[in-house]
Amino acid sequence: MPLFEEGLVSLKEKIHKKEIKASDLVDEAYARIGKVDHQVKAFLTLNEEAAREDAKELDEKAAADTLLYGMPIGIKDNMVTKGLRTTCASHILDNYDPIFDATVIKKVKAAKSIMIGKLNMDEFAMGSSTENSSMAITRNPWDLDRVPGGSSGGSAAAVASGEVLFALGTDTGGSIRQPSAFCGVVGMKPTYGRVSRFGVVAFASSLDQVGPITRTVEDNAYLMETIAGLDPYDETSADVPVPHYSAALTGDIKGLRVAVPKEYLGEGIDEAIKDKIKDAVRQLEALGAVCEEVSLPHSRYAVPAYYIIASSEASANLARFDGVRYGERAESKDLIEMYKKSRSQGFGDEVKRRIMLGTFALSSGYYDAYYKKAQQARTLIKQDFEKVLENHDIIVGPTTPTTAFKIGEKVDDPLTMYANDLLTIPVNLAGVPAISLPCGLADGLPVGLQMIGRPFGEETLYRAAHAYEQTAGFKLAPTAIKGAND
Amino acid sequence: MVSRISEEQVKYVANLARLSFDDEEIKKFTTQLGDIIGFAEQLNELDTEGVEPTTHVLDMYNVMRDDVVEPSLPREEALKNAPVQEDGQVKVPQIMEAD
Repeated sequence: MPLFEEGLVSLKEKIHKKEIKASDLVDEAYARIGKVDHQVKAFLTLNEEAAREDAKELDEKAAADTLLYGMPIGIKDNMVTKGLRTTCASHILDNYDPIFDATVIKKVKAAKSIMIGKLNMDEFAMGSSTENSSMAITRNPWDLDRVPGGSSGGSAAAVASGEVLFALGTDTGGSIRQPSAFCGVVGMKPTYGRVSRFGVVAFASSLDQVGPITRTVEDNAYLMETIAGLDPYDETSADVPVPHYSAALTGDIKGLRVAVPKEYLGEGIDEAIKDKIKDAVRQLEALGAVCEEVSLPHSRYAVPAYYIIASSEASANLARFDGVRYGERAESKDLIEMYKKSRSQGFGDEVKRRIMLGTFALSSGYYDAYYKKAQQARTLIKQDFEKVLENHDIIVGPTTPTTAFKIGEKVDDPLTMYANDLLTIPVNLAGVPAISLPCGLADGLPVGLQMIGRPFGEETLYRAAHAYEQTAGFKLAPTAIKGAND
Repeated sequence: MVSRISEEQVKYVANLARLSFDDEEIKKFTTQLGDIIGFAEQLNELDTEGVEPTTHVLDMYNVMRDDVVEPSLPREEALKNAPVQEDGQVKVPQIMEAD
């Protein structure tokens, strides 16, 4: 059995008993990458030499005494890693060599996780399919003609195809949960402020969060308790104690009050997905949860509000890419021309589209009509969640309206692509946490079950997700990769 | 349907955003941005009279720290990624007219 089919707890136990070494795990990661990554193309940059050295150092130690000791991790390429190229899958950062580690990177390194490499994504995290990467097309390990989702498509595909034990992604409008759903893995978008954003290349600062992508809920809880917490370098990180999420996995959800929004099982959601979600709700009931239909009446305004807000913030955040202090510079005798040329050559189409939309929405004469209106809609969407979560512990529904779509199917039609995120976007606007976990297959492709919680209610989400997972009997087995099981 | 944004407006916004496009791209962006803006106008169905805009989801206000001098980055490190430099500084094209 491949080692990564075992969870972190079992692998750490084996290291502790000296049945395996950290180097064996790192060997397995690179062997697997050698075998399957030419098909999946999840990785942009490998950290092989340093990873093998780090593993050797751990091999010689007496005890596996840290939370993630020797566990191979992949990192989405929008988190800066000292001395390891960080590109955001954009040509403008082709050769960017960071001079510091993001706080989340420092934390996983301190927990002795071993960084295997950097993972593909939609350029600057703008997209839902990883097709907007200017570096490579990542493929879904369940069907290589399909997208892995996005923007953390490389992270989800690498975990699903067994190249790493787990990965970090970021989620601004669904970018952890949607690819996790498409690839049949577990992804958590924490409460806004739960995890530091320091050293994470900003897309939309009021929405962005880092979170774990793993094969199991338990592994997710361990990685989450490693990365969460207050950071003096990020003033939006929250001063709220970090629980031991792994201790919340009791299997007991008797009396848990579960809300099922009718909007999440309505128009625009595939029938096969609805069926799987209804099955999951029945299973939660069988486990003792009390499920009730509710309404989140402003759900349909989330996508338009999001595209105005996220693009506006992006247009400001991406102003820093001007060819002066870092990134690619196009030569010109005139400063303004130099900015324009550098940016126009360095950014891809989707990034330009969002910068343009955001600049328009913030420009004089349009600010009130678009940006302010969208922020008011955001308030109404947030209030919908507050109302439902007053009387319910969690909200349950699908993560995505469809299973993974074909490569090329939506890439030329921005609005259809955006609509794919209608079930994940409201969560970012409200700032609440949500987890996506597999709840079966529809036509051979994974379906994601989304559980949404109260602010800083990640513990409850982990408990509910774990109780469901333990009884669902879903086995992760991506089948499309040729030669993967030789 | 009349587009919600004209080619002239797209050119104006492109200049604000420090981006440049050729004629074909201007046409494409005019259509696409018009569609997206039209889509966003669904928000006009909402009665937002008296609704406070949300700029930030957490109840936080002016997070302060003590103003203490700490070591800063060595100059070499800070300049490591600058594409053009001279004498330990970032070099840019001329920004002022010569007299």
